[in-house]
Amino acid sequence: MRHEFAVQVGPVGFRVGSEWRAPVASLQRLYEGYPPPEGGVADFSVRLEAERPWRRWMKPSVAIRGDYVLPDAAPLALAHGLLAAEMGMNLQMALGQKRYLLLHASAAERDGKCVLMTGASGSGKSTLAAMLGEHGWRFMGDEFALLDPETWLLHPFPRAISLKNRGIHAMEELVGPDRFGPWLKGTPKGTLRHLRPRQDAIARMGEPARPALILFPTYGADTAVRPVGAAEVFVRLTQASTNYVTLGERGFGALSHLVTEVPARAIDYPDGKAAMEAVEALWAELS
Amino acid sequence: MAGPLYIADPEELVRAVELDGLTALFHVPSGMTHILAPPAPQILAALRGEGADAAELARRLSESFEIEGGEAEMEARLAELEAAGLVRRA
Repeated sequence: MRHEFAVQVGPVGFRVGSEWRAPVASLQRLYEGYPPPEGGVADFSVRLEAERPWRRWMKPSVAIRGDYVLPDAAPLALAHGLLAAEMGMNLQMALGQKRYLLLHASAAERDGKCVLMTGASGSGKSTLAAMLGEHGWRFMGDEFALLDPETWLLHPFPRAISLKNRGIHAMEELVGPDRFGPWLKGTPKGTLRHLRPRQDAIARMGEPARPALILFPTYGADTAVRPVGAAEVFVRLTQASTNYVTLGERGFGALSHLVTEVPARAIDYPDGKAAMEAVEALWAELS
Repeated sequence: MAGPLYIADPEELVRAVELDGLTALFHVPSGMTHILAPPAPQILAALRGEGADAAELARRLSESFEIEGGEAEMEARLAELEAAGLVRRA
């Protein structure tokens, strides 16, 4: 491909090729300080191609290709090329990851133990992990948490944090502009802006942590905490995993160990400050 | 007249974990995971190794548990477990 970018995120190496310079330039800025793929070899490739040959010049439209492809993935406008690259990387993970049980969850670590947060889009799990990462925790990931079926440890996947709408404003109050990517407005996911994690999250991307608390956050109501039964946690985490079925018995072993060993709570919260306080209180009580 | 005989897979072909009164069960031959409520796990245990019809199953379970609904209840549960692929006709 004309333009290429390669990066290691946690245990996974990616190579992104693009027919245009702009998405690769955005990735290089956003992922400044990240190492290249270990051994120079990427696990997954993402290609950003013109949807049709002539569309490289006329009203450019980006189609996501890679080792694993969804046939009906809609093309994106070139202005959203950075989002296309990120979606391509997510897609390769979701469809191709076989070594770890992949949970659609955010995570943050302290003292070798980690909190795992999962919920629907808009639950605030990305913003919450990002906020913890600025307040004494190590940010481990905002999109995927990788559970090792052999060790039951959670491996980080600290890619750039994908912030939406109010999450962008919450983090702009905490972090200077040099760590933010460009504004992406009018995307299929609404208004987005990426945030590069703190340097410690990047430097320690190879260090796993022991899961100690599972949270199901929900934004929008007064603070409330409810226990969640192990069977419900099990079902919700199978739904939050993209490769549970593929892993078969290894996935069952990993997930059943997680839900029987680690306490889980659902938390409602009205704002980021309340959420942080709730997490700290539960951490002190349960971890 | 005796009804159809049902049998469950042996213990080495299932992985089961207790979760708050429910059972998460991984069925190795199919690769499927099931969340089971009582009396399903007890029925599977009673049908391992030696098949039984609904009446015999009710008798076996009644040795350890109080069974509500008797044979008709067992027939209904066996139909569900057969549909889920966890028991089969012997």
